[in-house]
Amino acid sequence: MMRVVLAEDLFLLRDGLTHLLQAHGFEIVAAVESGPELLRALVERHPDVAVVDVRLPPTFTDEGLQAALAARRAIPGLPVLILSQHVEQLYARELLADGTGAIGYLLKDRVFNAEQFVDAVRRVASGGTVMDPEVIAKLLASNAVHKPLGKLTPREHEVLTLMAEGRSNAAIAARLYISEGAVGKHTASIFTKFDLAPSEDDNRRVLAVLAYLNDR
Amino acid sequence: MRTQFTALGRGVLLGLLGIRALLTSVLILTTSLLVGIGLYFLMPWALMLARGPARYARRLARDWSGIEIPEPYLPKPPPAVPQADGWYRHDRTLYKTAKVPNLHLRLQWVFSDPATWRDLLWLLWQPVVGIGVGMLPLLLISLFVLGLASGNPLLAVIGVAGALFTFLNASRAIEVHNRWSQLLLSPTRQAVLARRVRRLTETRTEATDLQAAELRRIERDLHDAVQARLVAIGLTLGATEELIDKDGNAAKALLAKTRDASAEALRELRRVVRGIHPPVLAERGLGDAVRALALDSRLDVKVDVELTGRAAAAVEAAVYFSVCELLTNAAKHSEAGQVWIDLRDGDGMLRVTVTDDGRGGADPARGSGLNGLERRLAPFDGVLAVSSPAGGPTMASVEVPLNSGCSREFKSKLPRRELLLMGICLSIAWLPTFPQGIVAGIMKLVNAEDRSWLLALYLPEAVQWPFIVAMILIGAALYSTAIFIPVNHQLREAKRKALTL
Repeated sequence: MMRVVLAEDLFLLRDGLTHLLQAHGFEIVAAVESGPELLRALVERHPDVAVVDVRLPPTFTDEGLQAALAARRAIPGLPVLILSQHVEQLYARELLADGTGAIGYLLKDRVFNAEQFVDAVRRVASGGTVMDPEVIAKLLASNAVHKPLGKLTPREHEVLTLMAEGRSNAAIAARLYISEGAVGKHTASIFTKFDLAPSEDDNRRVLAVLAYLNDR
Repeated sequence: MRTQFTALGRGVLLGLLGIRALLTSVLILTTSLLVGIGLYFLMPWALMLARGPARYARRLARDWSGIEIPEPYLPKPPPAVPQADGWYRHDRTLYKTAKVPNLHLRLQWVFSDPATWRDLLWLLWQPVVGIGVGMLPLLLISLFVLGLASGNPLLAVIGVAGALFTFLNASRAIEVHNRWSQLLLSPTRQAVLARRVRRLTETRTEATDLQAAELRRIERDLHDAVQARLVAIGLTLGATEELIDKDGNAAKALLAKTRDASAEALRELRRVVRGIHPPVLAERGLGDAVRALALDSRLDVKVDVELTGRAAAAVEAAVYFSVCELLTNAAKHSEAGQVWIDLRDGDGMLRVTVTDDGRGGADPARGSGLNGLERRLAPFDGVLAVSSPAGGPTMASVEVPLNSGCSREFKSKLPRRELLLMGICLSIAWLPTFPQGIVAGIMKLVNAEDRSWLLALYLPEAVQWPFIVAMILIGAALYSTAIFIPVNHQLREAKRKALTL
């Protein structure tokens, strides 16, 4: 059974998430409501995955994010899924900076869709990278005037977006109603256009694309 | 040596300024006599004449001694406006044309401005101070020549020693002169306060207007976007409640719809919140907020941040939205590809510069966006400077004081003791200089019979000339003391300010 540390200051949401995760077979080892508590729980309990709200007491700034980053410095590769009311490329970069993966960054709204949310938690726990579609959209929008993205076909653009969200070829194929082989062709073409070494590993693929977009 | 010669040249220029001031004062006094025969409308014009030499003296003080003397004048009144019936009203009289009311406005403007009278006081004194301070070495040289010519060795020695001394201290004399100008030509404490009150009144009105407009916009956003969606969600939930027993599948479909609607409401709410106070700004402060802004921009933005601390939340928000606006402008109007943002603090100021490689031609006077930006910054005493020649590049910089307003220091008043001494000196200085010195000298030169009450002429022949010279020197010393007391006070103030900075 997967062990989860949960950090969320709003009681209702914390309670809801606890029920949701328990219902899907997770074990909640700690449900905390402040930054210092979170850091202690992460370092001492060493969970399989942590679900963390960015804004936590006592300062109500980016307490959760800082605690998560600190814990990942202590335990490299500790899987963390960050939840927030707003997504920022700036925070995404900081989370991805250490390059070890096992990172998720989602809007709180995504909790509404329980299946997808639980799937995201599982992917992060197994070392994958999950970025909110909005982060990807912002990333692509701010890169819109730059050359390499202009070379992509609209279909490749769609594939890239889904790929950056951390989806496997199979998932992308199902989403776009095309064959897995076609997705493979598109990804290969994207990697060629970006001058990146192609990779079959979903996670490394995502990291390569995100790093590429971040670097501009 | 070279500095002394420069200072000597400058001194001569000050002397000439003194002569110009003398001519102007004569002109003003003559005009004021014409008021007696009804030519009062010349008065504002005449009094304004004093501003010419005064402005020149302010410039000299800035260029030569680095003393910044702000212009103290009240703003020019707007021209008279006709009433609804086309007549112009002034007080209780109606006029057909604007000429007389305008004249009255002008009269009132010039007469009610304390700076007018301080200018006049400066103008009347400038011949004495300008020539006395600036041309002293030359005057003493002529004393030396006079001493040689009249065969008086004492006079010659005094002349040459004084000339040498004043020549060596010439640059200090220039500084003293400029401090003197500062004394009378800078705005009084009251004028500074009055100006500040005027400015605060203006910006307060703008700030409250702006705030009201913001609140209206937020209200509209919340009402149109969020509230409407929540109402829709409530309605759908009601429908689902009715359906749930009869048609489970339809109810499920409705619930999915409700979920989408709530996500949509959240999205809208995020947008509204961003417009009120961006979350990154609250979480990370100005530096990271600007970095986040740069990342989200469609342009290629390079950000350089050097901040030592956090500014007040309101100042940070104002600067953040300024950068936001400037970036939007760069993206929308200037066809820029690359933008550089430089954000730093120091000397009690927060500065941000946004430079782009676009086609330029932005004008705050025309662009309403830049105008709004200025209004947004005004309550914090912030200023916007835009340099945008046609063809680019555009460089806009925003400067906001970190602790707005309170830091402005007023000059301290002259201590009562010094003020008293200055008064005594001024009130008795004329006595030795004029009757006992100059008049007695003239009487002696023309060998007048009448000795009147001129003390020198009652003394033995041998000490008469030395006595007359001594009298003039005593008078000059008294005048100098009277001038030096406030000037010295200014110098002390300047030094104290330099130390505290």
